[in-house]
Amino acid sequence: MNYCPDEVMEHVFDFITSHKDRNAVSLVCKSWYQIERSSRQKVFIGNCYAISPERVIERFPELKSLTLKGKPHFADFNLVPHDWGGFVYPWIEALANHRVGLEELRLKRMVVSDESLELLSKSFVNFKSLVLVSCEGFTTDGLAAIAANCRYLRELDLQENEVEDHKGHWISCFPESCTSLVSLNFACLKGEINLTALERLVARSPNLKSLRLNRAVPLEALQRILMRAPQLVDLGTGSFLHDPASEAYSKLKATLLKCNSIRTLSGFLEVSPRCLPAIYTVCQNLTSLNLSYAPGIHGNDMIKLIQHCRKLERLWILDCIGDKGLGVVASTCKELQELRVFPSDPYGVGNAAVTEEGLVAISAGCPKLHSLLYFCQQMTNAALITVAKNCSNFTRFRLCILDPTKPDPVTLQPLDEGFGAIVQSCKRLRRLSLSGLLTDQVFLYIGMYAEQLEMLSIAFAGDSDKGMLYVLNGCKNLRKLEIRDSPFGNKALSDDVGKYETMRSLWMSSCEVTLEGCKALAKNMPRLNVEIINEDDEVAPSSDDRQIVGKMYLYRTLVGPRKDAPWYVEIL
Amino acid sequence: MAVVGLINMENMAGEKEKLGFEATELRLGLPGNGGTIEVEGGRKRGFSETVDLKLNLSSKESSDSDPNEKLNSLQKKDKNLLSSATDPAKPPAKAQVVGWPPVRSYRKNMLAVQKSRQEESEMGSGNNSTTSSAAFVKVSMDGAPYLRKVDLKMYNTYQELYDALGKMFGNCGSQGMKDFMNESKLMDLLNGSDYVPTYEDKDGDWMLVGDVPWRMFVESCKRLRIMKGTEAIGLAPRAMEKCKNRS
Repeated sequence: MNYCPDEVMEHVFDFITSHKDRNAVSLVCKSWYQIERSSRQKVFIGNCYAISPERVIERFPELKSLTLKGKPHFADFNLVPHDWGGFVYPWIEALANHRVGLEELRLKRMVVSDESLELLSKSFVNFKSLVLVSCEGFTTDGLAAIAANCRYLRELDLQENEVEDHKGHWISCFPESCTSLVSLNFACLKGEINLTALERLVARSPNLKSLRLNRAVPLEALQRILMRAPQLVDLGTGSFLHDPASEAYSKLKATLLKCNSIRTLSGFLEVSPRCLPAIYTVCQNLTSLNLSYAPGIHGNDMIKLIQHCRKLERLWILDCIGDKGLGVVASTCKELQELRVFPSDPYGVGNAAVTEEGLVAISAGCPKLHSLLYFCQQMTNAALITVAKNCSNFTRFRLCILDPTKPDPVTLQPLDEGFGAIVQSCKRLRRLSLSGLLTDQVFLYIGMYAEQLEMLSIAFAGDSDKGMLYVLNGCKNLRKLEIRDSPFGNKALSDDVGKYETMRSLWMSSCEVTLEGCKALAKNMPRLNVEIINEDDEVAPSSDDRQIVGKMYLYRTLVGPRKDAPWYVEIL
Repeated sequence: MAVVGLINMENMAGEKEKLGFEATELRLGLPGNGGTIEVEGGRKRGFSETVDLKLNLSSKESSDSDPNEKLNSLQKKDKNLLSSATDPAKPPAKAQVVGWPPVRSYRKNMLAVQKSRQEESEMGSGNNSTTSSAAFVKVSMDGAPYLRKVDLKMYNTYQELYDALGKMFGNCGSQGMKDFMNESKLMDLLNGSDYVPTYEDKDGDWMLVGDVPWRMFVESCKRLRIMKGTEAIGLAPRAMEKCKNRS
């Protein structure tokens, strides 16, 4: 079976980098399992409660890079209480105690305390890269520890975290000897920053390729920073406010002419639209543009900007671009692969400025489009069918109609046929989010056609258990299923309990599963944690099994019920 | 029954759409809310209306589903909703579904802050600079004869504000407000005769104090009103959800 010496196999495995492939390799035989585990450096844990840190460390002695995800996806939308779990401290503690040579830590939706950051900064000599996405629980003091203690830090990337800002001194904590920075992103910080310290840091970081500033960095500072770092590939501006007649503005314009490596642009957290012409030359080479935090750019200013971006592959934008603006995108950005249109008024109800027209235009003009997130006012079956015909390459298709159960406004029919066309046409679809008026029929289509589907998000959809059953029985590759406010109950939940061990997790909130159903499921499946989240303390948790469960989150795990759950989470 | 009334309204509205009788269209909310509901294309509806539309359609299409069952499940869904105010005398609450649209809280908060900053600079108001100038707002308390004014910039947390308001208005309700952040006391508070702080934001909506981060509150608060607990019940469910999410 294995005629090659282990060293040769190990060398071969070096070329296998995706964690899915490496997982597959490790299942071939015991010998390959051993070789693979002793050479794996990067580990991805999609659910931090599926396994314990000790077991990960034991299996992968050469661990250098760890990615962890904590809270379920719906935590992003306030459906999960803040202290539900996902604490990173025990992981960092275990890694430190076992003297793992950790170099990279990537966390998503986890609770990160200042203590964890401090422990992290002091425990791993070669630590190089910290990426935090949608995390919370820390302050700029924790960042100060990272800056001060991680001597070879290359990457500090903070994306959309809730950080308590104790104001700018953390950036001064990078020692003069720190010259290794490649990537620095602090756009999500809300407070002031020490501009002098920042400029000096940039000046002594010749390898800096990615820099995303926060709102507190004014235009003049941006100009001085760009003078020091013309080699930047990825730039996030902070404030872009100035008088276009000023000298500062002309200086910036001149400096930007020298920054011909910039391919990714974001920021404009506050902006004077008349200053935008300064970036037109940069736009010509851009492949990625994120204006989703720039509500100050709209109307003709936005359109003029887009018209300079002929090479764009990824665009994140607000819906104030309108259908007309999307038409301009369709005729200008022929290389577009990913589009995200966010609502500019997320608290409002049904006032989005884009409709099905914009999407149809995009699908007609951008043949390479494969990833979509689209918040819109309305959608029609006809439009979805057209989109499906124009673009059969979708891997991610997430549609959010602001009014969650809105039917096709022209025919008043549910959107079953439209989504049915999408799943039938897009054979490589891996992620799908539904909205609008939907019956069990759409789930029949999904079960029948969406063979590669890995993640499905359902809200206010379906008529009966049949809907959920179609999905569970049909989608062989399903990993994550999240459902809210849909009439699925115990019958659907308990039909094929073995299915859940092939999935990462299932979330059901405001559906029709009862405590009885959940308990029965938990009893039969010891390798699943079935969590009931009871925030309503008026109702005693286990009093009546026939009561409908408000929020249920179940996930496969090798380590049994977790011990850090708050009082209102019941693990059955 | 309210639901039946809404179904009829949808049928009527459908016909009226064709005839263009938008002025006679029934709508929820204060009479003065004209112009917010458009007939063509994107019609702005509260969620409860569209949920009723669903009922209407599925009782036509599928003979399986029992309309009464549907009704029960829909009424259950109201648990997640803030009901629109039907009494024109009370400040109107928006019909909102928890966690919808599915936008990350970070993004929602950022855009809200940016929007209010934008509006400030466009209006060229005196409160333009965020760090130095004061933010005086009127404070009224149900039953008190005079209004007062407080400078929100003087405080850094909700607790400090409550303490100050307590001192300002004497004994009535100060204890109640201190207990406000304590979840288990909240329902007692609202059921009893204690007081609850509410505020009017930049959009003109009346909100329960304490939902949003402090800074965001300071930037969007236009005036404060300390309501009697019993009157604030309509605002409570969403706040309960958020209060618990935040603890």
